[in-house]
Amino acid sequence: MTRAPERIVVVGASLAGLAAAHALREGGFFGSLTLVGDETHAPYDRPPLSKQVLRGLYSADTTLPRHPDLRATFRLGQPATRLDLSERAVELGDGSRLPYDRLLIATGTRARPWPNPEEAALAGVFTLRGRDDAQRLGARLRGRPRRVVLVGGGFIGFEVASTCRDLDIPVTLLVRDAVPLAATLGPRLGGLIGEVARERGVDLRVESEIEQMEAENGRLLAVTLKDGERIETDCLVAAIGTLRNVEWLDGSGLQADAKGLRCDAFCRALLHDGSVAEGVFAAGDVARWPNPHDDDALVAVEHWGNARAQAETAAGNMLAGDASAMRRHDHLPDFWSQQFGLTIKLVGLADSADSFAVMHGSFEERRLVAAFGKDGRTVAAASIDSARWLPAYKAAIRERVPFPPIEDAVDQPHIRVQEP
Amino acid sequence: MSGSMLFEQILDPANRANPYPLYAEMRKVPVARQEDGTYVVSTHAELARLISDPRISSDDLPDPQKFRWTGHPVTDLLVRPVRAEIRKRHRPFIFRDPPDHDRLRGQVMHCFTPERVRGMRAKTQRITDDLIGKMRGKSRIDLVDDFSYPLPVTVICELLGVPPEDEAQFHGWATQLATALEPNQRGDEETRAKNEVCFNEIADYLQGLIKDKRKDPQEDILSDLANDRDGMNDFDLVATAVLLLVAGHETTVNLITNGMLTLLRFPEHGERLRADPEIAPRLIEELLRYEPPVHYRTRLALADIPVAGITIPKDAPVIFLLAAANRDPARFIDPDRFDPDRPDNRHLGFGGGLHYCVGAPLARIEAEVALVSLVRRLKGVSLTEDPPPYRPGASLRGPRHLRLALNGAAEG
Repeated sequence: MTRAPERIVVVGASLAGLAAAHALREGGFFGSLTLVGDETHAPYDRPPLSKQVLRGLYSADTTLPRHPDLRATFRLGQPATRLDLSERAVELGDGSRLPYDRLLIATGTRARPWPNPEEAALAGVFTLRGRDDAQRLGARLRGRPRRVVLVGGGFIGFEVASTCRDLDIPVTLLVRDAVPLAATLGPRLGGLIGEVARERGVDLRVESEIEQMEAENGRLLAVTLKDGERIETDCLVAAIGTLRNVEWLDGSGLQADAKGLRCDAFCRALLHDGSVAEGVFAAGDVARWPNPHDDDALVAVEHWGNARAQAETAAGNMLAGDASAMRRHDHLPDFWSQQFGLTIKLVGLADSADSFAVMHGSFEERRLVAAFGKDGRTVAAASIDSARWLPAYKAAIRERVPFPPIEDAVDQPHIRVQEP
Repeated sequence: MSGSMLFEQILDPANRANPYPLYAEMRKVPVARQEDGTYVVSTHAELARLISDPRISSDDLPDPQKFRWTGHPVTDLLVRPVRAEIRKRHRPFIFRDPPDHDRLRGQVMHCFTPERVRGMRAKTQRITDDLIGKMRGKSRIDLVDDFSYPLPVTVICELLGVPPEDEAQFHGWATQLATALEPNQRGDEETRAKNEVCFNEIADYLQGLIKDKRKDPQEDILSDLANDRDGMNDFDLVATAVLLLVAGHETTVNLITNGMLTLLRFPEHGERLRADPEIAPRLIEELLRYEPPVHYRTRLALADIPVAGITIPKDAPVIFLLAAANRDPARFIDPDRFDPDRPDNRHLGFGGGLHYCVGAPLARIEAEVALVSLVRRLKGVSLTEDPPPYRPGASLRGPRHLRLALNGAAEG
């Protein structure tokens, strides 16, 4: 049994960091609690940034509610720069050292920058990850750009495209793959969303990439595509994925790389030799953990729900004393997106699925629940504008029931198992 | 007592005043088969799960009419089957499944906007003040007849757009039609015949009202629904209006009456609410758990459904005993204690899943305004009988009368 912690440091002051802080206090931790964040903002919520904030319906101040009696010290605007495991201390950008008895690493991810730094620096070229990004891009959209070019076939790209159409701004969306959103939803559902986007006036180009940008006086003027076409634009948003904030862990001895910080089922960070780093835990987008719903395949989940759930599990385990009292992180990944008037939800992970079936509704109605199977069992379910049945599918995924999972149900077409 | 007969005991009006010991007995088998082949779900975990299971249908009303030969070929072969089919297709959405349910409910939700519901608070307060005003100088009242009934009736009529002079008519219709929501009464031939007459009357009345709303639209839900270009057909419109009317009546009456009864049984909580109206929202959530207005709802299994170690067979009627799940000790600590400070109070007082109560935000406002005003203004109030007499319904369960002794009412 290890000694009860007196000093806890949480590196990362976003959703996971704050959720962990709350859970630590609720779990009876009375000692000193410090949250370190590289941004100057207090912890805030991200989902509205690509939607209501961009559209100008909410202010960019999406500060998360904080318990009045949290009694935490916030070191904001201070990136953590180094971790010293032997001394049990975190070093900050200003050179100060924070000693800890338990450490939670929740440094998350950042937007992957546009690969060409000169082009990335042009006025009119944006990425979207944080509050400041949303504020800048929102201001630009309110200035009514002639055309927004979006690069990236993921959910952020689609949500921004949807917001632009709501604002009646012309949009070209460039997707590298043959089908958008396929990595998350599979080609069938991804194709459906792409179809809806086109109907809403998005100029969607698949298998399309930028060759180069054209600028005048440091301002973006046009882009040229790989196929030679030139598109005039004064606003480009690069939504080309994320990078994990692990560089500060270089040389610490922790197993951290572009795929994330490796941890075990109890959210404990692992060393290069695979052993547990004493007192160090991880949660949120940066953590890479064994997913019990996928035969312990390692996964890093960049979803709101996981960030919170994993932070709570990690916090509980930080106070647990020894491993026998720790709880496994067994959150079933879930995720939602709102775009083009549709609410899309996903439970489980569909990226490795080998089969697919519409369980309720239909593609024609654009209102459906679909299930995904892998090796004969149910691994994920997605809904478009009909999330009410999802809890039943969630239970089916947790229980690994055979695929297709739920037959003879309400509003169910003849079940036809297809490729995803 | 045999578990397979328990639900019959619950239906027995003799057990209406305190069904909770029977519910505790019921929960010993989370999903219990009754002698007639009905399955009763009474535990929180199982209920929360099945309420979102797509193999469970809400389309469980018996067929509208038993076929009887009249000897007249046009009636027997044409009129009757067509009428029966039309009725079957035009059930209110509480008895329907997706996709129709979702479409109709969506259209209602579209009119039931948060602004509109919030806008009813001031009106609710005015009606409340009027009703309490009439209690000044009185030493006895019946809370049900003098308050709990007229308040929601007036509110729902106003919201729907029923002219005040027609409210009295609605009262009678709503009471009769509420029996359609009492599964143990709706199978009864006499009740069904009465309901049919009543439904025809109310339908005729509403058809007329809908015509008026189309000619001269007002700021009300019926006007919105009637003038929505992509809206519902007239059958659905009438069915929906009747549903909102009945549901808006019968349930809130119980919530307010049960609320006052509970506050008088545990006067420390009444006193606390009087001193600090800010606790009202939490207190009302606890009320929805502790004495919910709707005790159970019925469903139909469309497939064999494995749950809690047994299998509910295809075509079996299923009863969701919401009020029993609300007292499940596996989910709520010390469940038989009324405790407004209860954390994480995920009660099933408004149901759950697809059919979660459309009127929940309105009910919360009505209950809050009513209970806060009652505890603040009624002077020296006490119960004259406990338990009070109950209405016969086991599903929409609540007192028929709540006779109170008091020392008048303070000015508003």
